[in-house]
Amino acid sequence: MGVLPWVWWYGFRRHTAYPLGSLTESLTNTMFGFMRAYVLLALWDVRPSLGGYEAVDAVTFCFITQALIGPVQIFGGMDLTERIRNGDVAIDLYRPVGLQGWWLADDLGRAAGSLVLRAGPPLLAGALVFPFRPPAPENLAAFTVATVLAVTVSFGLRYLVALGMFWLHDDRGLQAVTLVMSLFFSGMILPLVVFPGRLGTVAHALPWAAQIQVPADVFLGRYTGAGLLGALAFQAAWAAVLLAAGALVTRAARRKLVVHGG
Amino acid sequence: MPVPVIEAEDVVKTFTVRARSGMLRRARTPVHAVDGVSFTVAPGEFVGYLGPNGAGKSTTIKMLTGILTASSGTLRVCGLDPSRRRTTLARRLGVVFGQRTTLWWDLPLRDSLALVRRLYRVEAAAHRARLAELTALLELDPFLDTPVRQLSLGQRMRGDLAAALLHDPELLVLDEPTIGLDVVSKATVRDFLARVNAERGTTILLTTHDLGDIERLCRRVMIIDHGRLAYDGGLDELRRTVDADRLLVVELARPGPPIALDGIEAERVEGPRQWLRLPRSANAAAVVAELTRVHEVRDIALREMGIEEVLAGLYRGDHAYWCSGRPVAP
Repeated sequence: MGVLPWVWWYGFRRHTAYPLGSLTESLTNTMFGFMRAYVLLALWDVRPSLGGYEAVDAVTFCFITQALIGPVQIFGGMDLTERIRNGDVAIDLYRPVGLQGWWLADDLGRAAGSLVLRAGPPLLAGALVFPFRPPAPENLAAFTVATVLAVTVSFGLRYLVALGMFWLHDDRGLQAVTLVMSLFFSGMILPLVVFPGRLGTVAHALPWAAQIQVPADVFLGRYTGAGLLGALAFQAAWAAVLLAAGALVTRAARRKLVVHGG
Repeated sequence: MPVPVIEAEDVVKTFTVRARSGMLRRARTPVHAVDGVSFTVAPGEFVGYLGPNGAGKSTTIKMLTGILTASSGTLRVCGLDPSRRRTTLARRLGVVFGQRTTLWWDLPLRDSLALVRRLYRVEAAAHRARLAELTALLELDPFLDTPVRQLSLGQRMRGDLAAALLHDPELLVLDEPTIGLDVVSKATVRDFLARVNAERGTTILLTTHDLGDIERLCRRVMIIDHGRLAYDGGLDELRRTVDADRLLVVELARPGPPIALDGIEAERVEGPRQWLRLPRSANAAAVVAELTRVHEVRDIALREMGIEEVLAGLYRGDHAYWCSGRPVAP
């Protein structure tokens, strides 16, 4: 067995090493879930079945996406960014393992840990307090696959942003732009189903949709049969494109490399 | 002659530094971090690689490990081109960066060491034996189950050394491994390195600013300055230049102009205190007698020059010092 499954496991463990911090974040996610849920309920009260969602779908969407905040790290960022800034990346580059594979394994471990520690409270609270649409067992299985793909897409984007550090030496600008894109086009602010016309079409085609909107719709059972496979294929395609881009940029970074500091 | 572990021939690394020169214009200036360095290291050698900050030491190490590509020249480490065969080479090298760590910060030390086995694909039995040996030598037992973030710097460094040696590399590259360590931790690390070199025959290249490291460990010293090798030779020869000079520290009654006695001049003046270098030929007693006759002297001290002063002289570009060593022609 290669080293990457171990890196996954270590990633899982290092991100579950401080459960109290994760619990606090989870409670924050839950609280914001309540605020979002009331806003959405008010909207669906005025416009019932907006975008094909019932009020119960909108509220379920709200809490499932709150639960996904941690796993797909929708606010962006990864440890690699800081390691490039301070030069610790030299250690990563020196290992006899590819940089992207290493960090993907670590990030999937992080996401799994986050799912365990942070997803429960928002879902539980949402299901107890609001009308909630629990998924059918087969949807739950599909949702698991969709979540893994969503994390991979999220990683692909964050990895590219992190590698930007090799050229930019400061990631704040890039981080700010990607944060706005990420929140708006993932469905975090409003479900993409309410976006009208062409904006909706575009939003549904971008990689951010693969991180939040698609897994949430899989959870809600809005895809069946070929539609479900299509949705997963959409995520997988973005994951493949982003990882391929990541591999290219890794090579370019290696070529131009100046390890900062030390 | 055995196949060298490291062969560097006329290795150059040039960085391009961009500086703003106008509103939108940027001037590109090439900086030669390493400027034509040649040396070979034979198996089993313990070589100290010294130089002032910014001299090109870390750049050399990054080229040796394949993280950076040389701009020109040829480089072979364990017979491989480091930047092209980085992954293969990594399995035969151990690297420790004193200011960084390969250990997993939030997990027990034991886990980081276990991962090394997966990373370098070491046989389970061989790994177990090696781990037991390193645990005993580095006295890791008391903190194997402690998360790395809770380790003291000395403990962490011992953990990093174990991690770098678990796959039994042919060449160990150390970048300031004793930085920030206390006296006892330094001694532990030094004893350990000396043993690894003597018993295992592991070739070691050591970068450090700690001259204790050098005196205790290195038979051969290379000094790099401004990207060029300024000295490559035995430590003993370097020491012999040290014996040549002594330093006379004179405290005068009041500050005055630099002292000048037949051929001997103050090389440093701080208020009433002046430093004079006495060459081997000088008669210290006569100089002191002359000094007290001409000046009002309050205190006087005669010091043997340490290797530190010689290096400081070298770093400052005071080439007169390495006359008896083997300076490398520029």
